[in-house]
Amino acid sequence: MAQSKKTRFYIRTVILAILVVAIIGTIYVNVTKEKNAVLAVGDQAPDFQLVDMDGNVQRLSDYKGQGVFLNFWGTWCKPCAKEMPYIDKQYQVFKDQGVQTIAVNIAESDFKVNSYTKQYGMTFPVVIDRQKNVMERYNIGPLPTTFLVDPDGKIIRIIQGEMTEQDVANFMEEIKPS
Amino acid sequence: MKSLECKCGHINPVGTQLCESCGRPLTEEAINKPLADMRYEGSARRSQTYNKTIIDKVWNFFSSVKVGMWIIVAILVAAAIGTILPQVFYVPANNATEAAAYYERIYGTFGKIYNDLGLSDLYSSWWFQGLIGMLGISLIIASLDRVIPLYKSLKKQKVKRHSSFLQRQRLYTKAENVTEDVLTPAEKKLKELKYNVRREDGALLAEKGRFSRWGPYVNHLGLIIFLGGVMLRAIPGVYVDEQLWIREGETLAVPGASGYFIQNNGFEFDVYDKESSDEVFSDAIDRVGTIASNYQTNLTLFEGANQEVVGDPGELEEIKSGPTIVNKPFKFDSYNIYQIDFRLDELKAMTFNLENKESGEQFGEFTIDLIEPEPEYDLGDGYKVELVDYYADFTGFENGEPQSKSPIPNNPAFLVRMYTPDKPEPETSFVLIRETIEPFGENDYKLKFQAAETRDISGLTVRKDLTLPILMIGGLIFMIGVAQGSYWNHRRIWIQQTATGDVSIAGHTNKNWNSVKKDLYYVTKDTKVPRPKDQQDPEDDLDFEEGDETS
Repeated sequence: MAQSKKTRFYIRTVILAILVVAIIGTIYVNVTKEKNAVLAVGDQAPDFQLVDMDGNVQRLSDYKGQGVFLNFWGTWCKPCAKEMPYIDKQYQVFKDQGVQTIAVNIAESDFKVNSYTKQYGMTFPVVIDRQKNVMERYNIGPLPTTFLVDPDGKIIRIIQGEMTEQDVANFMEEIKPS
Repeated sequence: MKSLECKCGHINPVGTQLCESCGRPLTEEAINKPLADMRYEGSARRSQTYNKTIIDKVWNFFSSVKVGMWIIVAILVAAAIGTILPQVFYVPANNATEAAAYYERIYGTFGKIYNDLGLSDLYSSWWFQGLIGMLGISLIIASLDRVIPLYKSLKKQKVKRHSSFLQRQRLYTKAENVTEDVLTPAEKKLKELKYNVRREDGALLAEKGRFSRWGPYVNHLGLIIFLGGVMLRAIPGVYVDEQLWIREGETLAVPGASGYFIQNNGFEFDVYDKESSDEVFSDAIDRVGTIASNYQTNLTLFEGANQEVVGDPGELEEIKSGPTIVNKPFKFDSYNIYQIDFRLDELKAMTFNLENKESGEQFGEFTIDLIEPEPEYDLGDGYKVELVDYYADFTGFENGEPQSKSPIPNNPAFLVRMYTPDKPEPETSFVLIRETIEPFGENDYKLKFQAAETRDISGLTVRKDLTLPILMIGGLIFMIGVAQGSYWNHRRIWIQQTATGDVSIAGHTNKNWNSVKKDLYYVTKDTKVPRPKDQQDPEDDLDFEEGDETS
C-alpha cells in the first residue's frame, strides 16, 4: 500500500508538472509574441536592403562598425519636413566620424521623393520602402520615427516624433563608434 | 494506512461508499440513505482519499467538479467583459499609443479604464489564457480521477450482491415462496433485449450499454485535444492571422509570409441585375436597389528572389494567379487569403488637356498617374507640361507652401509649368480639382480637366492555421462522446433467487428510467414477481402495453 501511495505521488507530480510546464510555456510564448513583433531598445536592428535614389543598394548590415541614424518619413508629414534640414546638417558633421544616415520613405512615388529631396537639399541616402515590408518589420506607426542603431547593430533608442537640431546632434553623438 | 473491511471480507479503499464486492453500504451516510448513490459506483474517488502533500492538495483542487464549474464561470464572465468594447485588433490603430487615444476619444473615461486594465486585449492576456489552462488541467485531472475508479469497479463487479445493495436501488421488487425458477426465463428474455447476462449460483446480472458511461470522458478527451491544438498556435509558423489593404495595381509584401508578395490585379464588385436574374427576383431588386452578388479580388502571387533580408524583394517570380472571392480564398502553401472588405473609387489618375483660355484651342491630352507621376509630359509641337510638385491630399497653404495631409490622392493638387512655343517663359499654374490658381499673374493657358480614373482597395485577411486538423479531430471526438453519453444509457438488472424461493429484482440506469422500467416489466410480466416499483417516485404508475416491450 505504501508503495502504491509513493507511485501515485510520482504519477501526480509528473502529470501536474507536464501540464503546468506546457501551459506556462504557451502563455509565455503568446504574451511575448506581440512584444517580440514590436522592436524594443536593446534588440538587434533587423537587417534590410533597399535601393536608394541614386541606384545604390543600401543594406543595413553593410554599416556594421558604424552608427546608423535610421529615419522613417513621408513627404506629407510636417514634423518630418521640419527635422529633415537638421538631420542633413548633422549628417554632414558626423558622416566622417562613422555615423551613417538612411532615410526610409514609406511607399511614395519616385517623383514626389525626388522633388522633396531636391527641395530640402538632402544629401544622405534616401530609400523607398515600396512593398512596405521594412516598415512592417520595424513596426512603424506614426511618422517620423527614428531608430538609433549602434556600431554593433543594436537599437539603442527609438524616437517617435519630431527632433530639434540639438536632439539630432546628441543622438548622432550617442551612436558614434568609440 | 486505513482501509475499510466489509462484512463480506473484502478490503475496500478509504472513501468507498458501497463495498466493491458485495455492494453493502459502508459509511454511516450510505447506511442511512434509503437509496444508494450509484454515481461512480460508490467507489472511492481518489481525490477524496489522501490530502497530505502539496501535490495531493493541488491535485484535489483540480479534481473537484465544483472548482471546474467555477473556472468555467470565471471564463464566461471574463469572455463577456471582453465583448463590452471592441477588442484592440478591431480598432483602427497601429500601435498601443494610438489605441489608447482611440479608446479614450470614443468611449471616454470608461474606455480609458477599460484599455488601461488591459481589457481591450483580454483574450491574449496571460490571466485569461491561464484560466483556459486551468480549465484544461481541471478537465484532465477530474476525468482521470473518476474514469479510472469507475472503470475498475465496473470491470470487476460481482454478479452476486448483498441484499442491502439491491434494496437500495431505485427500482426494486421482492417476492416470497416462488417455487419455479425465475432466473432462466429472465435470462432468455434479457438476452432477447440484447443484455449481457452473467449468472452465478442464484444470482443474475444483466447489463446493457455500459459504454455510454465513458461518454463524458470521451468528450473531455475531445476538449483536451482541442485545447492542445489551440496551444500549438503559440509555435511560430503554425498560425498566422493578418490584415492588409491593397490597392488595385499595387504589389505588397504578404504579412506573416515573408518572402511572398501579392499584386492586386483588380477588385470586382457585382450586383444582381434584372436582365440576368430570374424574373421572380425582379420585385426584390426593384425594392432594395443594389444587391451584391460578388466581391472578388484578382491576385497574383510572387516570390522575391531576395529571401535573406527584408526590403527590396529582388526579382519577383510569379507563383500563381487567381481570384479571392468571399468564402473562396486564394490558396498558396498553407496560407489562405480571404476577401473581407473593400473601398471603392479612390482617385488613381487624372487626364488634362492644355488649352488656350481665350480661343479654347486644345494642344493635347495627357494623364497624370497620381501614384507614380512623371516629371514632365511632352505634348509635341513645342507644347510641354512640367510637373513641379504634386500634393496628393491638398489641404491649403501654410506660409505660401502647399500642404498635403497624407500620401493618399483624396484631393490632388499640381504645381505645373506650361511651355508653349509662343511664350519665351513658361506659365506657372496651380491646378486643383475644379479650380486653378495662377500665382504669378494671369495666364493665357490652362489645364482643362478631362477625366479621372479611379481604383478600388481590397481588404484582405491572410490566414494560416496548421492546427485545424487537430481541432477537427478534437471536435469530432467531443461529438462522439456527447452522442455516446446522450443517446445510449447504461442499464443493469440484478435478479436473485434463494433456495427458499425469495426473489428480489433491482434495476438501475444512469438515465432514461422508463427504458429500464419497460425492460423490467417485460421480464416480470409472466412471473409471480411484481414489477419493480420506483422507490423514488411512489406515484409511478406507468402502464406498459402488450407489444411495447422492446426499446
